[in-house]
Amino acid sequence: MRLLLAALLALSGPISQALAQDFSLTIKDHKFDPAELQVPAGKEFTLKVVNSDVTAEEFESDDVDVEKVIAGGQSATITLGPLDAGRYEFYGEYHEDTAKGALVAK
Amino acid sequence: MLGALIIVFREVIEAGLVVGIVLAATRGITGRGWWVSLGILLGVFGAGVVAVFAGAISNAFAGSGQELLNAAVLIIAVISLTWHNVWMAEHGRELAAEIRKVGADVSEGRKPITALAVVVFVAVMREGSEIVLFLYGIVVAGTGMTSLLTGGALGLLAGAALAALSYYGLISLPTRYIFSVTSVLITLLAAGMAAQAVRFLQAAGVVTALREKIWDTSWLLSDSSIVGRMLHVLVGYTAKPTALQLVAYIATLATMFVLIRVVRSGQPARHAH
Repeated sequence: MRLLLAALLALSGPISQALAQDFSLTIKDHKFDPAELQVPAGKEFTLKVVNSDVTAEEFESDDVDVEKVIAGGQSATITLGPLDAGRYEFYGEYHEDTAKGALVAK
Repeated sequence: MLGALIIVFREVIEAGLVVGIVLAATRGITGRGWWVSLGILLGVFGAGVVAVFAGAISNAFAGSGQELLNAAVLIIAVISLTWHNVWMAEHGRELAAEIRKVGADVSEGRKPITALAVVVFVAVMREGSEIVLFLYGIVVAGTGMTSLLTGGALGLLAGAALAALSYYGLISLPTRYIFSVTSVLITLLAAGMAAQAVRFLQAAGVVTALREKIWDTSWLLSDSSIVGRMLHVLVGYTAKPTALQLVAYIATLATMFVLIRVVRSGQPARHAH
């Protein structure tokens, strides 16, 4: 199973990376860093969300329609776009008071 | 405390409504309490397992494990709901006419109830795992733990109250309507779940067809609001559905309609001899 997954990863990895432009942000102390991220409009890209807290967080955005639980110390890569130019807010559902941010598509 | 209450309640809505509808839909079937309880218990256990392995699940299948797991369990739920409705269309008339007699027929009654127990299990597991992760976070953080855990517990209670409310609301309807109303509710529940499964498959990148959004009503009612969540469960409301989600929704409604028609049209002939 693990071998199969590794093979799948190896196969799918380079292809998707070649197509997409990569961005990343980090969750630390239930806050996003950076809280605002510029991304290209009209293009597909991947966003890697690294959760460096020990507790899980649910990365959620109604604006770009994402909902993903990221366990403590783990990361998740999400494929987004193409987005129209504009501001797209996201938040951490478990710590909505502090975990807030936005993607700005230009 | 209020924040924790709202977060937990928002997660419990689906499970609460599903349990209420399932209980109403299986009124008169012997052993339903046992099966529904089993569904809830296994769901809570499953939620714990999913939460503990959240990291591993997430990393599986090139980072799409979570979406694929969600899609898989939703598809199982859709099949179970469809099966239940078709079975009820076949036997519902007898059930409505002679609740006690059919109720005693345990072997027959068990068929749809096992399917619905699976639906309860799936609903509790899916939402429960997020609650477990959230509550675990509170415990690890340590600060304001009592107040937050109280809020979480109240959120769970509110979810149970919602289940009770939907159940008693449904069974207060005149008996002859309960069957039709629960059938319609279960059909809509299944269609909404099918649409949601498609969304997860699209998020995982497994399905790329018809990905464009066909409308955006988030200005009117957002998915994360309480009312939005309830309508999401009950009729499959999504503020920004993709074209394929709509296709899945309509296809589920059509499948259910056709299957029930087929079963019903086959009935008189079978009952004739």
